[in-house]
Amino acid sequence: MKEILSGNEAIARGAYEAGVKVACAYPGTPSTEILENIVKFPEVNSSWATNEKVALEVGIGASFGGARSIVTMKHVGVNVAADPLFTLSYTGVGANGGLVLVTADDPELHSSQNEQDNRNYAKFAKVPMLEPSDSQECLDFTKLAFEISERYDTPVFLRTTTRISHSKSVVELGERVTGLPEPKLVKDPAKYVMLPGNARGRHYVVEERTVQLSQDGCSMPLNRSELRDRKIGVITAGVSYQYVREVLPEASVLKLGMVHPLPHQLIRDFAAQVETLYVVEELDPFIEEQVKAMGIKVIGKEILPICGELTPGRLRRSFGLPEEEETQVEKLPGRPPNMCPGCPHRGVFFTLNKLRAYVSGDIGCYTLGFMPPLSAMDTCICMGASIGMATGAVKVLPPEERKKVVAVIGDSTFLHTGVNGLMDMVYNQGAATVIILDNRITAMTGRQDNPASGHTLMNQPSEAIDLPLLCKAIGVKNVRTINPLDLAECEKVIREEMERPETSVIITDKPCVLIKRDGVFEPGAVLEVHSENCTGCRACLKIGCPAIEWVPSSGKRGQAHIDPLLCNGCDVCSQLCKFSAIQEAKK
Amino acid sequence: MSDKVTNILLVGVGGQGILLAAEVLSETFLLAGYDVKKSEIHGMSQRGGSVVSHVRYGKEVFSPIVPEGEGDLLFGFELMESYRCLGLLRPGATVVVNDLCIAPPAVLMGHEAYPENLEAKIAERFPDLILVDGQKVAIEAGNARTANTVLLGAVSKRLNIEEKYWLEAIERMVPKKALEVNLKAFAAGRALA
Repeated sequence: MKEILSGNEAIARGAYEAGVKVACAYPGTPSTEILENIVKFPEVNSSWATNEKVALEVGIGASFGGARSIVTMKHVGVNVAADPLFTLSYTGVGANGGLVLVTADDPELHSSQNEQDNRNYAKFAKVPMLEPSDSQECLDFTKLAFEISERYDTPVFLRTTTRISHSKSVVELGERVTGLPEPKLVKDPAKYVMLPGNARGRHYVVEERTVQLSQDGCSMPLNRSELRDRKIGVITAGVSYQYVREVLPEASVLKLGMVHPLPHQLIRDFAAQVETLYVVEELDPFIEEQVKAMGIKVIGKEILPICGELTPGRLRRSFGLPEEEETQVEKLPGRPPNMCPGCPHRGVFFTLNKLRAYVSGDIGCYTLGFMPPLSAMDTCICMGASIGMATGAVKVLPPEERKKVVAVIGDSTFLHTGVNGLMDMVYNQGAATVIILDNRITAMTGRQDNPASGHTLMNQPSEAIDLPLLCKAIGVKNVRTINPLDLAECEKVIREEMERPETSVIITDKPCVLIKRDGVFEPGAVLEVHSENCTGCRACLKIGCPAIEWVPSSGKRGQAHIDPLLCNGCDVCSQLCKFSAIQEAKK
Repeated sequence: MSDKVTNILLVGVGGQGILLAAEVLSETFLLAGYDVKKSEIHGMSQRGGSVVSHVRYGKEVFSPIVPEGEGDLLFGFELMESYRCLGLLRPGATVVVNDLCIAPPAVLMGHEAYPENLEAKIAERFPDLILVDGQKVAIEAGNARTANTVLLGAVSKRLNIEEKYWLEAIERMVPKKALEVNLKAFAAGRALA
């Protein structure tokens, strides 16, 4: 049967067809939809882990227990999971327990804080890496990755990029494999207990495995030489292959399905058959440098960009091919993403701006607190960093400056790695304020449940972590819960805690407006502007709510208007209006 | 079947239903026997930002994104976002655009003005412009919420695909109880182009 699937949907399907029993992930664009699709198959135990390291450890446990498992994450998630990864490379997988780790990279930083090239992890951790170039290959390579994992006793990386994860193409579906052995406990300490005495020997195994895979890769069908015109030969992989076929349809191509380890003999043979050899790859010169190290002359980053993703146009330009003259349009007002109408984060950032706080930020929807007019975020590095960085800042600042340091972090990010930072802050007596923006969901990536939301990925009810109790248990003496939609309360509590010369935690208690589960988010009464009261002072515009529009032609000097279809009735704007012009709309 | 790949760009504002419309297009082309690829960026764009979806079909499609300057048809859900993307089109391309302006944040806050005369500016560069008041036609056809289907109807007229495949795709993608109003809206849109 043929269907149009995204790369993520196809990986989910491939995992299902491969007989996977356990799927585990922490959400992260562009990888999130893999687990959201695997969970549709009841045969697979699917779960959101608290972070990527835990996700991989869950996968390793399932693998050692004798079941196939898949673990998925965005590129920066692999940084978090790197610790178990490097040693997993030494132990290899369990008997019949293939393990595939999907890394979804994000060239062009469509939704990320950096554009690291995770092919380097494959070489660094000495783990083979497959790289599909369309959705059919996403499905096929996922299945193949499990076979390679078990045959060579190694975890296997499957690397996608945003244009593979989120592009759809036609896929032929297969059936789920049956008859895989039942999981069982196997004791083999020399292989699985990585004390130095055991690990030393395993290192040799890893090196031999890499050499073997490099040789065998020359005859694997996933690496293929397509000989056409011999003047130009291009080594490429992933989505870059599609751009090469689009822009240089006559060129000979060595299409690599396995980008680590490289099939050296296949590359030598291909290089010998073409006049000029190129490597076309996004981001780092990963293949190029290795080909050069083999003593083969090749052109790559001299003509291709190292930053950003490739496109057909960019490739055309690199090869000096003629281009159509682009239709020019003048500079237009931008349309950046914004917090939703009624978002519980808005009032907090308005207050932080007002109090001139130095905001140590984190990763989530609330990173949009950076955008004007809220303009209340000063740093954003990685998941969970806000708290540790606040601790560091107060260590060096003079007392008056110290008070200004406020860390903000979402519920999911706090449970991901923020809680470790808070333990450190308390333990080392860091005098900063931490605001946990608890909206009961992992919102940025599209509303995934987390340990504080009371539900699992498979929609089972679960114990919701009590955040105030957790903070108290790790030693925070000052824990206060506030209604973030009440500006007076926000200002009073945040001001008091900023003054306090010891660790304090403020937890907001209003849910994300996008939560669809019954009884969690209830919109308030829709508001409207009474034009007879509106003086055009623009105070309500300071929160940047998408439901409020400035109408220059209204009143004497312009007036605000509220779109009743967008308003969620949070009431924050009416608290800013000194003239009682914003009131409940008449029904 | 010609070997040439047809390139369609769907543009608008996050939350307008662009991704679903792109799904219907892709499904139609698959039913008509073509190779299809579709690409868009999720994530941040859902928070009211600009959205661009690429759909390509033909005998064999390589790149999932439309090569710059090779767009054959722009399917616009909002005027300024359509205007913003004209650089992706080839000379002589068709533009089907919804007669709708959604103010971006800087305009909402009164810092910048929404650009004027966009219809004329688009028509000057791309004379094959079909401006559709999706909302109005949808209300006339029976349901205000089918504006996207009206636009789809107009777009369908400019693509060389038999009508039955469009109808079959709509039937597959739209919930049963909303099917009848959507088919009406589709016919109303088709009549416009």
